[in-house]
Amino acid sequence: MTKRLLVFVSILMIASMVLSACAQAAAPYTCTDSIGCVTIAPTDPIHIAYLLVVAGPNAALGTDSRNGVEIAIDDAGGKILGHTIKFDGEDSGCSAEGGVAGATKLAADPTIVGVIGTSCSSEARAALPLLSKAGFVMLSSSNTAPSLTTPGSSDNYGTAYDRTAHNDNFQGTAAAEFAFTVLKITKVATIHDGSLYADELVKVFGAKFTAYGGAITTATSVDPNQADMSSVLADVAAGSPQLIYFPIFMPAGALIVKQAKTTPGLEHTYLMGADGLFSPDVASGAGSDIEGFLVSSPAVSGDAYTAFLGKYQAKFGTGPINIFHAHAYDAFNILKTAIEKVTVQDADGTLHIPRNALRDAVRNTVSFKGLTGSLTCNETLAQGGIDIKFPGDCSSAGMAVWVYHNVPFEIFKNPEVVWIQGTGVIKEVTPP
Amino acid sequence: MLRTLRQRITITDIFIWIIGLAIAGVVIWGSIRTLEQGRYSAGAWLDLTIKGLALGGVYALIAMGYTMVYGILKMINFAHSEVFMSGPFTAVFVALGLSNSGFLDRQPIIGLLIITLVSAVVSMVIAILLERICYRPLRNAPRLVPLITAIGASFFLQYVFRGFYGSGSKGYPTINILKGSWHIFGIEVFKIQIIVIASAIVMMLTLYAIVQWTKIGKAMRSVSEDKEAAELMGIDVDRVIVFTFAIGGASAGVAGILYVLLFPVVNFYMGFFPGIKAFTAAVLGGIGNVPGAFLGSIILGLLESVGPNLFLTGLNIPSPSQLKDAIAFVVLVLILIFRPTGILGERIAQDKA
Repeated sequence: MTKRLLVFVSILMIASMVLSACAQAAAPYTCTDSIGCVTIAPTDPIHIAYLLVVAGPNAALGTDSRNGVEIAIDDAGGKILGHTIKFDGEDSGCSAEGGVAGATKLAADPTIVGVIGTSCSSEARAALPLLSKAGFVMLSSSNTAPSLTTPGSSDNYGTAYDRTAHNDNFQGTAAAEFAFTVLKITKVATIHDGSLYADELVKVFGAKFTAYGGAITTATSVDPNQADMSSVLADVAAGSPQLIYFPIFMPAGALIVKQAKTTPGLEHTYLMGADGLFSPDVASGAGSDIEGFLVSSPAVSGDAYTAFLGKYQAKFGTGPINIFHAHAYDAFNILKTAIEKVTVQDADGTLHIPRNALRDAVRNTVSFKGLTGSLTCNETLAQGGIDIKFPGDCSSAGMAVWVYHNVPFEIFKNPEVVWIQGTGVIKEVTPP
Repeated sequence: MLRTLRQRITITDIFIWIIGLAIAGVVIWGSIRTLEQGRYSAGAWLDLTIKGLALGGVYALIAMGYTMVYGILKMINFAHSEVFMSGPFTAVFVALGLSNSGFLDRQPIIGLLIITLVSAVVSMVIAILLERICYRPLRNAPRLVPLITAIGASFFLQYVFRGFYGSGSKGYPTINILKGSWHIFGIEVFKIQIIVIASAIVMMLTLYAIVQWTKIGKAMRSVSEDKEAAELMGIDVDRVIVFTFAIGGASAGVAGILYVLLFPVVNFYMGFFPGIKAFTAAVLGGIGNVPGAFLGSIILGLLESVGPNLFLTGLNIPSPSQLKDAIAFVVLVLILIFRPTGILGERIAQDKA
């Protein structure tokens, strides 16, 4: 009796083993990706996260990008490959600490396929080691520090990171081109504030401007919290420049605008900043002396963009609150296209997304038609001996110069665009 | 004779003298080199000097709060920089309101007086609350206790105001009648600087008159000399102390408005540097001494404004203006080495000893 039972159990066991082996052999997908795959069950959503500054003093920057992504999701019908899109994320505070805190939370969630972020370059530098290790692909709409994509840089995490915003090398050369060819001036003084951003910009600006044949009369710096600019401006005025280029931040930027007007020798000097000074704070901080203050920042135009603005207004009840919404829209769509390209779909609707293949697909984006122009993510471009674009920098168009007027800040109206690189002068600049 | 001299002069003294002489040498050499280069015109030097005087005037009004409180309580009120910040940071809303309604263009003088009054009252109230809540319960505690409390109160106030008004910067509106310049004896001077210097001098004279010639001023001086004796003579010490904080606060509030006329951006940490500079100025002039605070502030303002360009340009040091704080504090160290009581601080120091 016992023997018979034993035989029966043995047969059952063998049968079950054979059957399970058959089932394994029938599996349609094996993950061979070097850093793993995300598997999404037929009814589960595709999870895309953001790591943007959506709270605190710089909230407008990240919120605007998030709004851009939300419109892109609406335009996609809320779905990728028939799966709904789950879009949530963390505030990154525009600081390295905020970047680490947000990235730590995101890295712990294995359902995340890609991350839209960060807003500020300092966050990216802190967050990338964590997000890269977690296997995500990250696309930023507003990081501009060149080191994030410069080959060989310790901040370069290869295909884990791409951005749709311009590289500061690109912004610096565009500013120099505007100063030399449009304003037709030859003497410029530069001021930086010790930040990586400003330091890189004045370096690139100086290199390009001297390559044109212009001269840098004074290259100096200020402390970001300094209020009294009289001694630095006296130093600058001694070289009698025709333009002062200070790509710094608030409040020092507004204080220089204000005090330059009361420095002998600088009453008729052009003042120019960069996108760090493209904000409502600047307009209110410098009062009526803001009139004629120039800043470089991207400009986006075209029919698709006009349609986008209508959707923005309808969805959020306001116009854009910053300048990187279209870049975020494009970043999401590049990610979506890459997901569609690499995903393996089972008959029952289960999705398998190989992570490294996804990174490669994003990096190999070529001539992608976005709101901000044609985007190619895997090329190096040089202009006058300066590399303005590295692999990972997708954008190479749309840098513009804007001028402030003595009226309240309103996006696209004050400051208003005066020149677009490649397009030419939109509006004559009144000399100060 | 030689032996007594040798006993009196230690190695440390000689070392300090050498450092002092070396710094003085660098300053003189740098200045000569700068003037030889001729990089700056006479007009530029004059402009820097006037800006330095205006800055010094603002420091003087802030320094009053430090020096009067020190004179009476023998404590350094480190939260005074936040008393200074609270006024203009609150008054910016009044200023923007007046500007948006067009009142500031039509009645600029009345508008400015209203803004100044709001700033002075807010700073005064904060100073009085500070005394009542933070310092009075600790009046008989060891001297380190109120000092640490002051630092804590300083952070508390900074973050309370950050919570109230946000962490961004806000700009003061431009007042049109203050734009442009006047010609005084053939020299072009910007209106704002003249107004700041004149207002600072008027405020200083008023404060000096209060301390010297009024009844409450007499009471302040007597409390400063000997608190117990003053109490025995029927002086209400609490009242005198509150009054001291009140006028120190009000003067900081007025200083705040003069400061934003020069540098029209306010934020919650704007008080830190001016506060520390004004404290330095008070020590430079001799802390506890009202004319000393004024003198120290003017010297510090001038050094900060003219110093970097004069001393450092000739030495080919890049971006000299970033070293203006270093210059200010080196001078402070030198003064403390060679004259530890400050420039006018002799009498007070003897009282303390």
